[in-house]
Amino acid sequence: MIKCIIVDDEKLAREVLSILILKSEKLVLLEQFSNAIDAIKYLNANKVDLIFLDIHMPNFSGFDFVQTIKNPPKVILVTIDKNFALEAFNYNCITDYLIKPIVEERFNKAINRISIKRENPLGQLNSSDSSVKEIYVNIDKRLIKIDIASINFIQANGDYILIKTEGINYTVHTTLKKIEDKLPKTTFLKIHRSYIINVNKIIDIQDSTVLIAKDLIPVSKNNRPLLMESINLL
Amino acid sequence: MDEQPNLDYFNEIANGEAAILNKLISILKSEFPQQLESYNQNILDANYIEAAEALHKLKHKVGLLGLENGYAIANQYENNLREHNFENKNEFEAILKNITNFIHKL
Repeated sequence: MIKCIIVDDEKLAREVLSILILKSEKLVLLEQFSNAIDAIKYLNANKVDLIFLDIHMPNFSGFDFVQTIKNPPKVILVTIDKNFALEAFNYNCITDYLIKPIVEERFNKAINRISIKRENPLGQLNSSDSSVKEIYVNIDKRLIKIDIASINFIQANGDYILIKTEGINYTVHTTLKKIEDKLPKTTFLKIHRSYIINVNKIIDIQDSTVLIAKDLIPVSKNNRPLLMESINLL
Repeated sequence: MDEQPNLDYFNEIANGEAAILNKLISILKSEFPQQLESYNQNILDANYIEAAEALHKLKHKVGLLGLENGYAIANQYENNLREHNFENKNEFEAILKNITNFIHKL
C-alpha cells in the first residue's frame, strides 16, 4: 500500500481527495493538513510514500513546500491552474499533477503510474540488465550484432523499427515493444509511443522534444514525468 | 444566465452513497460563505491580491458545481484582479449570487 497525506488549505478539496483515496485499493491515507507547516512537522517524524499537494496555499506555496522538505517522497500536485504544470517538471519528486476539480479516471491513472514506478523503478537493474552489452537483430537472414551503448534511439515505423546508432542505421522487422523488453531499463526509455531513446545520448530537452545527435524526438505528455525523473537534474 | 449550478460532480464522487454526498454538501455550505465573505471584505478594503486569493478558492467551487462558463469567467477575472483590473467583476459576482441561492436550497 502507498502511504499518503494530503496538504491543501481548502476543506472541500481535501474531502474530495480523501474520498478518491479511500476508493483506491492501492492507497492508504495517513493524515491530511490544511497548511504546509504542520505537514512538514509530520514528515519529519513519519514515513510517507506520496503527498497530494496543493500548489496554491497562503504564505507557503506547494513549490516552497517541496523545496523545504529533505528527501521528499513522491508528490502529485493538485492545482486549479494548468499554468503551473511546466514548473512542476523542475522537481524530480513531482510525478504528476491533477487539475481541480479532479476527474476520478485521471486520478486513478496518476496512481497507477506511481504503482508501476514502485514495482519497477528506474535505476534498479534487472538480473539481465548488467550483462547486456549487445543485441543481435535479424536483417535479411543475417544476425547482426549491435553494441547497445552505441544506439541513439529507436523509432517505430509500421511493422518495422529503425535503430539509429552513432554510425549505422538498421531497419528491423519487429515491434518497439519487443526491443524495449531486450534493452536495459536503466538507460533506455520510451518517451513516445513511437520512440525509445538512450537517455545517455540526450543533448538537450526543450518543451516537448529531446535532441539526440541531430534528431529532434517528440516526448509525449504522459511520458515526460518519467523522462524528467530519469535525468540528473540540478 | 443559462448555466445553472448542479451536483453532478458530487454525485459522481459519492457514487450513490448518501452519507458521502451529504458530507460534501455540508462542507460546501460552510466553506463557500467563508470564502465569499473573504472575497467581499478584501474587495471593500481594496486588498485586491487577497481578494484574488479568495476568488481562487471560489473558482474551485464554481468548477465543482459544473459551471464551465462561470469557471472561465472566474479565471479571467482572477487574472484581471491581480492587476487591479475589474473587468468581469459583475459577471463573476452574479455567478456567486447564483451559487449562494443554489446552496440555500440544498
